[in-house]
Amino acid sequence: MRVSASWLRDYVELPADVTAEHLGARLISLGFELEGLHRAGGDVSGPLVVGQVLQIEELTEFKKPIRYCQVDIGEPAPRGIVCGAVNFAVGDHVVVCLPGAVLPGGFEISARKTYGHVSDGMICSARELALGDEYGAIMVLPPSSKVGADAIDVLGLRDDILDLDVTPDRGYADSMRGMAREASHAFDVEFRDPAGVSAPTPDESGWPASIQDVSGCDLLSLLTVTGLDSSTSSPPWLTGRLVHAGMRPISLAVDVTNYVMLETGQPMHAYDRALLTGDIVIRRARAGERLTMLDGVDRPLDPDDMVVTDASGPIGLAGVMGGASTEISGSTVDIVLEAAHWDPSSVSRSVRRHRLPSEAARRFERGVDPLVAGPALARAAGLLAELGAANPNAGYTVVGEPAEIAPIRMAIDLPARIVGVDYTEDAVLGRLEQIGCAVRIDGREGDVTPPSWRPDLLAPADLVEEVARLEGYDRIPAALPVVPPGRGLSISQRRRQTLARSLADDGLVEVLCYPFVGADTVERMGYAAGDPEAQSIRLANPLASTEPLLRTTLLPGLFGALRRNVGRGLRDVALFQIECVYRRTAGLPPAPVVPVGRAPDAAELAALNAALPAQPWHVAAVLAGDREPRGWWGPGRRADWSDTVAVAHVVAGAMGARLSPRAAEHGPWHPGRCAALLLGDVVVGHAGELHPRVTAEFDLPARTCAVELDLDAIGYADVPVQASVIASYPPVLLDVSLAVPDNVPAAAVQDAVRAGAGPLLESIALFDVYAGDRLAAGQRSLAYTLRFRASDRTLTIEEATAARDAAVARASRDTGAVLRS
Amino acid sequence: MPAANDPYDPKEVAALAPDALDAAVEAARRAFAGAADLEALAAIRPAHLGDRSPVRLAKREIGALPPQARADAGKRVNVALAALTDVYAERLRTLTRNRDEQVLDAERVDVTLPASRRAPGALHPLTAIQRRMCEIFVAMGYDVAEGPHIETTWFNFDALNTPPDHPSRSLSDTFWIEPPDAGLVLRTETSPVQIRTMLERRPPIYIVCPGTVFRPDELDATHTPVFHQIEGLAVDEGLSMAHLRGTLEHFARELFGADIAIRWRPHNFPFTEPSAEPDLRCFVCHGESVGNPDRPCRTCKSEGWIEWGGSGMVNPRVLRNCGIDPTVYSGFAFGMGIDRSLMFRSGIEDMHDMFEGDVRFSLSLRGEP
Ligand SMILES: [Zn+2]
Repeated sequence: MRVSASWLRDYVELPADVTAEHLGARLISLGFELEGLHRAGGDVSGPLVVGQVLQIEELTEFKKPIRYCQVDIGEPAPRGIVCGAVNFAVGDHVVVCLPGAVLPGGFEISARKTYGHVSDGMICSARELALGDEYGAIMVLPPSSKVGADAIDVLGLRDDILDLDVTPDRGYADSMRGMAREASHAFDVEFRDPAGVSAPTPDESGWPASIQDVSGCDLLSLLTVTGLDSSTSSPPWLTGRLVHAGMRPISLAVDVTNYVMLETGQPMHAYDRALLTGDIVIRRARAGERLTMLDGVDRPLDPDDMVVTDASGPIGLAGVMGGASTEISGSTVDIVLEAAHWDPSSVSRSVRRHRLPSEAARRFERGVDPLVAGPALARAAGLLAELGAANPNAGYTVVGEPAEIAPIRMAIDLPARIVGVDYTEDAVLGRLEQIGCAVRIDGREGDVTPPSWRPDLLAPADLVEEVARLEGYDRIPAALPVVPPGRGLSISQRRRQTLARSLADDGLVEVLCYPFVGADTVERMGYAAGDPEAQSIRLANPLASTEPLLRTTLLPGLFGALRRNVGRGLRDVALFQIECVYRRTAGLPPAPVVPVGRAPDAAELAALNAALPAQPWHVAAVLAGDREPRGWWGPGRRADWSDTVAVAHVVAGAMGARLSPRAAEHGPWHPGRCAALLLGDVVVGHAGELHPRVTAEFDLPARTCAVELDLDAIGYADVPVQASVIASYPPVLLDVSLAVPDNVPAAAVQDAVRAGAGPLLESIALFDVYAGDRLAAGQRSLAYTLRFRASDRTLTIEEATAARDAAVARASRDTGAVLRS
Repeated sequence: MPAANDPYDPKEVAALAPDALDAAVEAARRAFAGAADLEALAAIRPAHLGDRSPVRLAKREIGALPPQARADAGKRVNVALAALTDVYAERLRTLTRNRDEQVLDAERVDVTLPASRRAPGALHPLTAIQRRMCEIFVAMGYDVAEGPHIETTWFNFDALNTPPDHPSRSLSDTFWIEPPDAGLVLRTETSPVQIRTMLERRPPIYIVCPGTVFRPDELDATHTPVFHQIEGLAVDEGLSMAHLRGTLEHFARELFGADIAIRWRPHNFPFTEPSAEPDLRCFVCHGESVGNPDRPCRTCKSEGWIEWGGSGMVNPRVLRNCGIDPTVYSGFAFGMGIDRSLMFRSGIEDMHDMFEGDVRFSLSLRGEP
């Protein structure tokens, strides 16, 4: 809402020394955020005066009409001024800009010779004065304008415009009436209601009307105004205020309806009476009906749209836009002004359906005072009479009646309790009456009836806000509640925190990737249609049509981030993300409709939750380039499949779980370099080098490696870890080298060694893998260091050797291993 | 060597003669002085201080002396041994010092060479600040609650008192899951978690809900379709806006520093009534751009204040939707953008940096504890 400070002062007795900044600051504290403060006309300086045209000499020797005029500006002699416009006559009052003046936009005027004459100034158009769009036409002032007067004052060129943000609940404030009322609260000064004029009295000669659907419109008022002098245009003060409010002047009748809407908050529509046929009927549109609107566009109507109709059919989309067939024009003499009280949500639906937001619709959506229609119509008719010589009341019709306003019962001390300030009873009652409520005290409670312009006040809490706001939020003290003991972070939160920190400490960088992916992403990654990763959820309104799906895996996002880093010249990149993925679950029921006003019961709650698809937490990482950088110490080490398995073990460690790898072929991974990670016998993720087809498809560095694990499937272990005995007796270290068929996984050999060695084996470490000339074909050698230790005695070499031999025997039996000498 | 109890003239035990002991000490002194380095000194030490060195051998003879002569001879030997030990120690010190000066100097390295052989990793700064935020509230006794990203419209809108025709439900403000009549959306705020908590627990309730939220805005300098919020909810007997104010001011001071200034403005949210927006004094211009066209501030648009989030007293209708009696309990709630808070706190000017995944962004801010 753009609020003119001078217009505001018409209705509120602000002290003269209140600046626009001060006014803005006070309105901010009442809940109207100041989006901007414009000094309209701030760049204008005189001399800019009212003049009267005494004589016009038409210069005919040029390609276009040029006039040399003598203009009286209140000086002893008239000024000679050259002008290219022809819409004025001798005797007209005009705005004259004299040499030395600066017009809006910083245009400086000087005397200059043109078309063979010295032009001693300029006759101004509305556009040159930033008062409208009309460029070619000179602004002609009313005959009552005083010659020689300062036109800056006459035109109201200088004004402070406050651009205030009105929250949607405060529809009343979308008007000078509402804002002046708020300003009067802010400065505790007198408010004069612009809607304080009395409404006309309905009579027989009003245009006949009826309402068929009261759910969409409970009140309709029609005022007939006749005999408008259609040659009159809007006076500069009126167009100036419209322009400052952000509206375009059009014609006197339209400008007046817009002006009264800005002033009172009541949108109204003007019909050319000569073009109306038969009774006006308010109803829902019928299937198949269409309406050509004021913008010239013919639109199909929806049976939910409220429409204004006459015998010809729809002539207006309620509260949104009028129809072209009854539009007023330059020749309109008799007008029917309509002011209705439309149902806010009905208007809102029509606005959205037809994508036609407007100043009027916004006000209807936010709630218009149902009692302001009559005074607003009277005000508009009064202006048309004053400015356009019209008969302001040639018939008045009112149909319907506004809904009764129910009182709100509120404990008088409720504001004090909810806000935490000891408001007195007087303060509470005073503030409620100040905003227009009627209060009837009943012991410690009160019945508060809100004024008609405050449909937002429905419950005690709404009244509490009014008291708190007007008393000032800065009065609210700061206090801390006594919070009962909390439980700290949950186990899953602690596990995920530890996980993120562990991965960062392991040299990986966390990134946050968007969840939107392309329709072909899963296929490009090599997943089959039946894979869980292929069960994508689709958005009804994706931001980009190329990314309509939600991710089922974190990897596509990480691929994009990796590509971006590489594209920016980084070579060694290790990224991770911990977030949810979304999986379409077959056969999900739609979410049920559950009423509000009470808590859902157990069955409703279960049904709501049953509608949700699976959204497990995942962790994923991608590694490219060197895992260990080259440096002065020597060459780097390229990231390979094993680094991703190592990342999986870091994840497992942070989650308090133990994962074991098994060779697998899966989705985007290299079929010979992919490990499934198992928790027990459940696969919880995969790690390894990416398939070369996938690195090419996603434009990733060759041999990029990746890992992804389902954290929810791993689970968040919440059992205290039990200590083991830390023995202080000396260990016995024995190396053992085993030749095994090379298709036997190292993990199987290690498991057999561990099982055979028994409890004396404290640790086992694989220190060498060898395949080559010294072994038979198809064999490889695995060399381990075994550390034996007893917890209760010094272990002898003989005992350790026996355990080692048992380990070899077990490995031999289970895996065909042979001890190498 | 004579037998122990043979009577004989002590002067006949030559090794214990003062001259002999002096000579041995003198010989050792010369020999130690002649040792050029620690290795040479170690090599000749046994000859002069070892078990078979002259003075040690002489000491063994003391037992052979008549008792009246033993004290005197013992004293001489000990003096000689002490002198030898001192001489040795002195030479050892000298040679060690020489070694330290020469050899260790030759082993000097450049300790300013890069020492880290592992590239550093980092948390995303949003993760780090989110932790800090949660920690501030956990320290006050709050729990941290979470909920699903894909939510039913009942949790995301209806229960939060969002009117059926409210624009926030529209396709331009909310991501809807296909088909729309399934009633599922990507949550537009973390408030559904507040509803879930109120349905699960009875008051007193003190929680914060951090997490990812979604709105269909294109990524630009100040907007992103995926962002992060931390919301708080307290429901208890006797809670007032004063408690809301105290809590958020504590939060702001912990997060941004003790000198942060906050302004409270009335506002409107369906979820709260009364509602209030806390504004923070601009971090960049500290309000000095207001009415000062020569020093415009992009961060606060020269308004001096920046919006931090929304807050208010939980609308009694919302409490009723969760089965909580608003005549017994009152509550306050608030919600802040974690991304915006990070921008203020770390001086980040462009949202792109947070969501493009450039490692330099996370790495440059990894100093945050
Ligand atoms: Zn600033």
